[in-house]
Amino acid sequence: MSAPNLKIEDLRVSIEDKEIIKGLDLEINGGEIHAVMGPNGTGKSTLSAALMGHPKYEVTSGKVTFNGKDLLEMEVDERAQAGLFLAMQYPSEVSGITNADFLRSAINAKREEGEEISLMKFIRELDKKMDLLEMDNTFAHRYLNEGFSGGEKKRNEILQMMMLEPKLAILDEIDSGLDIDALKVVAKGVNDMRSPDFGCLIITHYQRLLNYITPDKVHVMMQGRIVKSGGPELAHRLEAEGYDWIKEELGIKDETVGQEA
Amino acid sequence: MSVDTSLRFDKDYVNGFSNSRQEPAWLQELRLQALELAQNLPMPKPDKTKIDKWNFTEFKHEATGKAVAFNELPEDVKALIGSEEEAKNVLVIHNGTPVYAALEQDVKDQGVIYTDLLTAAKEHEDLVKKYFMKEAVSIDENRLTALHAALFVNGAFLYVPKNVELSAPIQAVYYQDDKAALFNHVIIAVEDNSSVTYVENYLSTNDNTDSVTNIVSEVFAASGAKVVYGAVDNLAKGMTSYVNRRGRAGRDARIEWALGQFNDGNTVSDNTTHLIGDGSFTDTKTVTIGRGDQKQNFVAQIFNHGKSSEGYILTHGVMKDNASSIFNGITKIEHGATKSHGEQTERVLMLSEKARGDANPILLIDEDDVTAGHAASVGRIDPLQMFYLMSRGISKAEAERLIIHGFLAPVVSQMPLESVKKRLVEVIERKVR
Repeated sequence: MSAPNLKIEDLRVSIEDKEIIKGLDLEINGGEIHAVMGPNGTGKSTLSAALMGHPKYEVTSGKVTFNGKDLLEMEVDERAQAGLFLAMQYPSEVSGITNADFLRSAINAKREEGEEISLMKFIRELDKKMDLLEMDNTFAHRYLNEGFSGGEKKRNEILQMMMLEPKLAILDEIDSGLDIDALKVVAKGVNDMRSPDFGCLIITHYQRLLNYITPDKVHVMMQGRIVKSGGPELAHRLEAEGYDWIKEELGIKDETVGQEA
Repeated sequence: MSVDTSLRFDKDYVNGFSNSRQEPAWLQELRLQALELAQNLPMPKPDKTKIDKWNFTEFKHEATGKAVAFNELPEDVKALIGSEEEAKNVLVIHNGTPVYAALEQDVKDQGVIYTDLLTAAKEHEDLVKKYFMKEAVSIDENRLTALHAALFVNGAFLYVPKNVELSAPIQAVYYQDDKAALFNHVIIAVEDNSSVTYVENYLSTNDNTDSVTNIVSEVFAASGAKVVYGAVDNLAKGMTSYVNRRGRAGRDARIEWALGQFNDGNTVSDNTTHLIGDGSFTDTKTVTIGRGDQKQNFVAQIFNHGKSSEGYILTHGVMKDNASSIFNGITKIEHGATKSHGEQTERVLMLSEKARGDANPILLIDEDDVTAGHAASVGRIDPLQMFYLMSRGISKAEAERLIIHGFLAPVVSQMPLESVKKRLVEVIERKVR
């Protein structure tokens, strides 16, 4: 397996004719974990949704390649088949489909007809991953996300990631609404995936998740762009001092989208 | 096509038809009276569906089937009823002719009658006379009920005497591979404190030829009796169908309906239960998939007459392509039916811009001391659900398939018999692909 590569160049994204991402560049390689941080309303979640192909977001210009292929030309399912994964901030609930049936359909969607995963192997894998994420076995037979608590939904997103083994995962505020124990479990899942064949983009407000998953690179997003990049020490400084020093340094008064410097 | 008010079937025709089958005089007489009514009565008027251009009255009437041994039954039919060991109590009617019948000896020994309706009309005249189109569906309700009585070809008669609890289901398959109309009549009469499960399948092969279905089922549950009635309608595109399934529940009796409404042609289907006795109970569960250009009208209706009677309706329908369906749910609590309860839920999911679905829950309450409730929803597939499923690598078609199964699951999973559940899932699977 070749190491994955996601390359974003001068990306611009609008929702309902309002531009949210305003020329963003980012490159993520296999083996790397990147964190995009920033206050609310700076375009972080828009970035993740646009990369996955959310129907409401329109890419107006720029280029995104995933392992050399034009990601923006692909349908949502093709992006996933190519190895991209998005752990969503607000996963949908789908009634009447069990978690297990859904996961098997997703795994088999990537396989050729006749090469479907055997039920035994699937159950074995599922049990193993659920144990690691400290999820109760009954989750497999509950309807997809239906009636799940916020924390249960987040764990379920990580479970899906572990079962589908993507080449590149985007975790959109996977830490929001999690208590410290749940946070550790989620981090354990992500760390378990770490390898030269896996890249990860973590989107978060807070440093605290990064105490358990050490990022290789940290980026700060404001006004729809990455305004500062650094190593893990950048996250520590943000935790200690907040975002004001960056705003001061760059002469930004209001960091949210639509407020130009 | 325009529908002439005169009928092509006249008195001579009906006389000849009845004679050729050596029907008893009372039945012949009843047919002739019905024919006269059919000439004068108006068509039924399903609420919110215009059927004046639909053909219910022009058709080839007679066809024949041939009696066969079990292993000579068509594979489609065998798939429905299981192996010969499993299908111990079964009736198969092919083009109006009973072609296969089985009933266990110990069931017979308990006095249970299960036979085709024509045979029953000859051998159990008094019983058939008592139930046939009297208290449940009347001959003179409209032109099509009258036409049904005048021209019904055959059907099933199931009689369970007092204090008999049948554990094995009673099965029936009605299949048509001739372009002739399907006029079928079912009577289920269950006496005091007895119970039975009956499962029927309708099948036809006329996708490309036009024909007509006219079905009447009458169910009688006497005091303390229980009837579970499962049906899977799977008639082909060429069939224009009129279906009437009606039940009457006596004191503390229960009637449970589980209906898979999967016809491919235009359909008007009415399921009505009268809760006559105090403490009676009914539960109607239906699932429907509309596709192509078909238009359908479904009524699920419960009348609470008895005190402390309870009625439940649960309907889930999926509309694809250009299909349109009206779902009318009616709970009518009569004056004097104190402490009664009525509840209904109708949900419709539309998969395409051109599909139409309409859910109309209606509560009509003439008594103060009752409880009732309803819920209805009509909606399109949620684009965020689609995005979520597809973001896991699932194709659009497969995501839709999952959502449809998920939408129908709350009804399918509550269906009374494993065999009915399995059959429903199979038909749903074929229809959503």
